[in-house]
Amino acid sequence: MTNSSRVFAALNDPTRRAVLERLRSGPKPVGEIARGLPVTRPAVSQHLKVLKEAGLVDDRAEGTRRIYQIDPKGLGAMRAWLDQFWTGALDAFAAEAERSAKKEKE
Amino acid sequence: MSTQIRPAPVRKSVFVDAPQNHAFDVFTSGIGRWWPKSHKIGEAELDKPVIEPRAGGRWYQLGVDGSSCDVGKVLKWDPPARVLLAWQLTADWTYDPDLVTEVEVTFTPEGSGTRVDLEHRLLERIGERAETMREAIDSPNGWGLLLQLYSEASAE
Repeated sequence: MTNSSRVFAALNDPTRRAVLERLRSGPKPVGEIARGLPVTRPAVSQHLKVLKEAGLVDDRAEGTRRIYQIDPKGLGAMRAWLDQFWTGALDAFAAEAERSAKKEKE
Repeated sequence: MSTQIRPAPVRKSVFVDAPQNHAFDVFTSGIGRWWPKSHKIGEAELDKPVIEPRAGGRWYQLGVDGSSCDVGKVLKWDPPARVLLAWQLTADWTYDPDLVTEVEVTFTPEGSGTRVDLEHRLLERIGERAETMREAIDSPNGWGLLLQLYSEASAE
């Protein structure tokens, strides 16, 4: 799976979007993220794992707890965007290179 | 208090059914023939991008009104095998002379054609140039970009 499709897959879930929304106000431990959400705490941990693999959140240890935060500079999004951009750009480049190479041969 | 996330480089490969020198030329001097037009940097409507064919050459966008906006520059010029470009655009597509991310493109003969490998790296520097965390998250290109990407992807 490419990085950008991993981002989309990660976002394509209402609970994970709710988790990200909660992290907008600052770093939080799992318990605090889970509070008020209609899913169990282990389920929230699972969602956080998916978000982490997609590069959308990061975590760090604080004593015995893990604190989660969203990618503070939107770099996950930036990278996903560039990933898509270069895919499109390279496809357009390849098409043009092949078209003009064929034309030269003729 | 924040840990810096270091995004992995963006890597793309494409096979082109054309000779190595042709692929190199189309990518560099022919960039105006294939570069996506959907993004403009300056105020003017985008005409076409230009890469000056030498080390130290400028990489810029020409506007239809004759104005030009820098994108970056040529760091290494090794035709027909490799070009190393500096991409100096921030997350909101403005040129920042102090920001250098690298785009390395290599052209390798393969069978009857050329394999083109592109690597856009040092992306963490884009984040280092962001003013503050809060600003970046609230900017259209931070959190907003993420949600926009999501809505585009889900509309497909």
